Amino acid sequence: MIAASIQSSTLAVTAALTGIGLVGLALWLAGLISPRSFNAQKGEPYECGIPTRGESMVQFKVGYYLFAILFLMFDVECVFLFPWAVKVRELGGAGLLSIAVFFTILVLGLVYVWRKGALEWK
Amino acid sequence: MFDFSLLTNWIHQALTSFMPEWLAVTAECVLIGLLLLTVYALLALFYIYYERKVCAAFQCRLGPDRVGPWGLLQSFADMFKMLIKELISLKYVDKFLFALAPYLVILASMLCFAVLPWGNGLQVIDFNIGIFFLIACSSIGVLGILLAGWSSANKFTLIGALRSGAQMVSYEISIGLSVVTMVVFAGSMSVGDIVSAQSDGWFIVKAHIPAIIAFLIYLVAGTAETNRGPFDLPEAESELTAGYHTEYSGIHFGFFYLAEYLNLFIVSGVATLLFFGGWMPLHIPGWEAFNSVMDYIPSVLWFIGKAIAISFIIIWFKWTFPRLRIDQLLSLEWKYLMPISLVNLVLMVLIVVYGIHL
Repeated sequence: MIAASIQSSTLAVTAALTGIGLVGLALWLAGLISPRSFNAQKGEPYECGIPTRGESMVQFKVGYYLFAILFLMFDVECVFLFPWAVKVRELGGAGLLSIAVFFTILVLGLVYVWRKGALEWK
Repeated sequence: MFDFSLLTNWIHQALTSFMPEWLAVTAECVLIGLLLLTVYALLALFYIYYERKVCAAFQCRLGPDRVGPWGLLQSFADMFKMLIKELISLKYVDKFLFALAPYLVILASMLCFAVLPWGNGLQVIDFNIGIFFLIACSSIGVLGILLAGWSSANKFTLIGALRSGAQMVSYEISIGLSVVTMVVFAGSMSVGDIVSAQSDGWFIVKAHIPAIIAFLIYLVAGTAETNRGPFDLPEAESELTAGYHTEYSGIHFGFFYLAEYLNLFIVSGVATLLFFGGWMPLHIPGWEAFNSVMDYIPSVLWFIGKAIAISFIIIWFKWTFPRLRIDQLLSLEWKYLMPISLVNLVLMVLIVVYGIHL
């Protein structure tokens, strides 16, 4: 630890404030020294260099949404594994059996999703 | 090895000798913040230079060589150029979210940055759930990228952000699972404990075959997590202009650039901490003289050196493999990496619980 006298949570807040401070400081500095000019065409979206056609907030593929849901499921699994991972040695065989049940259900979920074709990008 | 906590304790004692406790803590927090800011900025600038030089070497070019000796000041010049560029205010963007996105991206990388073990007794945030905190913080970056793409009111940034979101959240599972694998072996989530558990051998050697598999999976997933190399389709310039940060100008764009390079360092730093002993020097059992010479190299140099060496591999990927398509990218994660890392986790648990040696 860099300073045994300070709580880690205080240091986490310090780091967060440092991050925000870095952005704030650089934006302030840029505001001081960067030029400012106005031109109506500057406000147009850049996109690919030619004027935009139609609405910009378009509909997007539902596939992204599906993968977000799958992520939610398996990431929560991962989060539940962490506390068990620390105690594996102490829990021994009994802990292994109970996590095996949890694990099997999730693997079954993955198999179901796979068979259902949700992992194909169509 | 030199223990940095001697120095920090001395600073604390020196400060408390003439000011009250709360003021001393505040002063130390300010010092730590300034230190973080400096190291963060310098490292990002170094990484930009490093990547350009390595790329140049791969393409038989010289790379930047005009500004300063061997082009060393090129990144500083680039940063200054970004600062003096105009911040263009666009007409159709969602102003609040557009301004918020760079804050989130930098915040996420700064929090992860502070968790890394820099040297013996030199670590800013040392939670007992350190590595878990790191994974949690790195997820904030995805939010920043999604917001940047969504708020820009631009079709290309939207597609870039969604691709990036799908990619980063998918590969986060593999990262999580390979970290769990190593946590099972180390028996602790504290970054300090994980590093000190490797004093008699790095985990890549000590933790048998599952550690090697976990490292390879981590390396691939980490490359994808930083939107680099063969996985750079969120910012595929031939189809999406510049991806989610197309509409950002000047230093606003610079933040994304900075965070991207810092994320490269963080991914390599975490690989170092999990598999290559953090700041622990290279020790070969039986070679006493060699080991004592290695002990003389400062721990900070060990950590940064190892992280830079791993970054070299990640940069190497970029110039070796062609860019993947989105369906290939997602099937690589969900059909190969994730099942493999699940099996790998089971192997590691069997090794740890029943003492089977592979």
